[in-house]
Amino acid sequence: MHERKLGEVVLRVEGISLSFGAMRVLNNISFDVRQGEIRSIIGPNGAGKSSMLNVINGVYHPQQGTITYRGVTRDQMKVHHAAAQGIARTFQNIALFKGMSTLDNIMTGRNLKIKSNMLQQAIYWGKAQKEEIEHRKKVEEIIDFLEIQAIRKTPVGKLPYGMQKRVELGRALAAEPELLLLDEPMAGMNVEEKEDMCRFVLDINDEFGTTIVLIEHDMGVVMDLSDRVVVLDYGLQLADGPPDEVRANQAVIDAYLGVSN
Amino acid sequence: MLYREAGEFKSTYRADQAILTIRQDRWFMWALLVVAFLVIPLVSSEYWLGTIMLPFLILALAALGLNVLTGYAGQLSLGTGGFMATGAFAAYKLATAFPELHILVVILMSGGITAGVGLLFGIPSLRIKGFYLAVATLASQFFLIWMFNKFGWFTNYSSSGVISAPPMSLFGDNFVTGPYATPEAKYLFTLTLVVLFALMTKNLVRSNIGREWMAVRDMDIAAEIIGIKMLPTKLKAFGYSSFLCGIAGALWAFVYTGSVEPLAFDVNRSFQILFMIIIGGLGSIMGAFLGAAFIVLLPIFLSNAPHWFGLNIAVDMISHIEFMVFGALIIFFLIVEPHGLARLWQLLKEKLRLWPFPY
Repeated sequence: MHERKLGEVVLRVEGISLSFGAMRVLNNISFDVRQGEIRSIIGPNGAGKSSMLNVINGVYHPQQGTITYRGVTRDQMKVHHAAAQGIARTFQNIALFKGMSTLDNIMTGRNLKIKSNMLQQAIYWGKAQKEEIEHRKKVEEIIDFLEIQAIRKTPVGKLPYGMQKRVELGRALAAEPELLLLDEPMAGMNVEEKEDMCRFVLDINDEFGTTIVLIEHDMGVVMDLSDRVVVLDYGLQLADGPPDEVRANQAVIDAYLGVSN
Repeated sequence: MLYREAGEFKSTYRADQAILTIRQDRWFMWALLVVAFLVIPLVSSEYWLGTIMLPFLILALAALGLNVLTGYAGQLSLGTGGFMATGAFAAYKLATAFPELHILVVILMSGGITAGVGLLFGIPSLRIKGFYLAVATLASQFFLIWMFNKFGWFTNYSSSGVISAPPMSLFGDNFVTGPYATPEAKYLFTLTLVVLFALMTKNLVRSNIGREWMAVRDMDIAAEIIGIKMLPTKLKAFGYSSFLCGIAGALWAFVYTGSVEPLAFDVNRSFQILFMIIIGGLGSIMGAFLGAAFIVLLPIFLSNAPHWFGLNIAVDMISHIEFMVFGALIIFFLIVEPHGLARLWQLLKEKLRLWPFPY
């Protein structure tokens, strides 16, 4: 593997603590994400990985800690703010718009870039149509990239699981994000689908220069793709560093394999 | 065999994004418009135009409005009747206070006023969802009708409570409301408006705002995360939906019945229009028209059918049978195709594409 040069820090979370009532989900978590890297968050079930992503894009608001994104430090992110600032994500349980076609789902991902108003869209001819065609071109590029040309007009509810995951990635890409949060993009896939997805993740990172935060359970995938890995367990941060270092960490081994006391 | 898309290639996104992409569909739509604009006014009796086609078109417009809100944006509403009443009374107040206003201005403005009222009652939708929202909108239905009955200002302090729409003309002697209006003029005026608003609605639902509505309907959390703001999107749906319902109400009072009365817009009207979009197909422009046709035309067909077959049945018996057959048909259609008549139409087209081969 060639030596990768990582850019500046784009996102830094510091001392994040999140609890729901008496339930402590995240406890004093701090890490940073550098421009152009693939950053993984791993940990056993219930470690707080998805909650961490939810904190980053503003779905959950932590009680303590700060989030610094692109030089601005905040106590919490707001959902639409995160979207407008170029943070996109996919979900562990697919969250597509089931009644709409693949094309419409990905087109919806571009909603923030559409400037025509409601009246112009009602008349359609003119600005709204010009914009639709312009954005359609971008969406077709994404469809080509993800190799889903054949299903562009299929309602996504009818698609198999692996394809739905791919469409969801397409919807996130449509926003041309700077930071892409992927919540278990390979869960429940067979080897071939996983290989495809890995290729897409690497290509997105390589071709578009998108910074990626990845949650994944498949250790082979994580160790191969990631530049750096954060390990969480029961809301605590166990380790943070390059894959090889994390793999050798005793606390991580204990968390995954268990310890006999 | 006749209906197929094979061999039709599109080389531009513009062509691929057209409303009807298959040639035969376009022919069918043009034929339908020719029939609606030319053949029906020529061959139909005054009775047919004035008492069957008019309410069908107006209720189809109201169904279109509700379908935007419920079918596309996923916000269940039982306030349609109230919004129609708002449109009717707004048009009445405008037409009596400013008699020099043109009928089109009166109708569009009453739609605008209703949109404002709809926005107001749409605000709770940010917090309330599903059946609970339906109950909240039901409250708006009762409140609006109560308000129009309670305050004499809305009826210009008429003692009888029944107020008639003033005669208004499109231009010159072409009256579309009042006693001088011919059924043909009323029909063509209403048809033109309904076709234009249907086209406008189709344009909206295939554009960005339509996708945002459907995104909110299908998965609101994901919609928020990709940058769709909940309140403006829902309010736009409420506003546009009540705009259409208000226009439908104004047309109902001015062009169809000629009198403005709250009773025509009670909660039964709201249910009737909700049934139209459920039977016709939620989230479909075609569905609003099919549903309105089903609910308006079928009872007329059923009450006349025994007569056509030469059966001599007592009138009260006919109306009992009518109710039973109507109810049975609704259940039948909902079991056969829960997604409505529009979906049946789509399935038929899919079968036709392959015909005469099974697959």
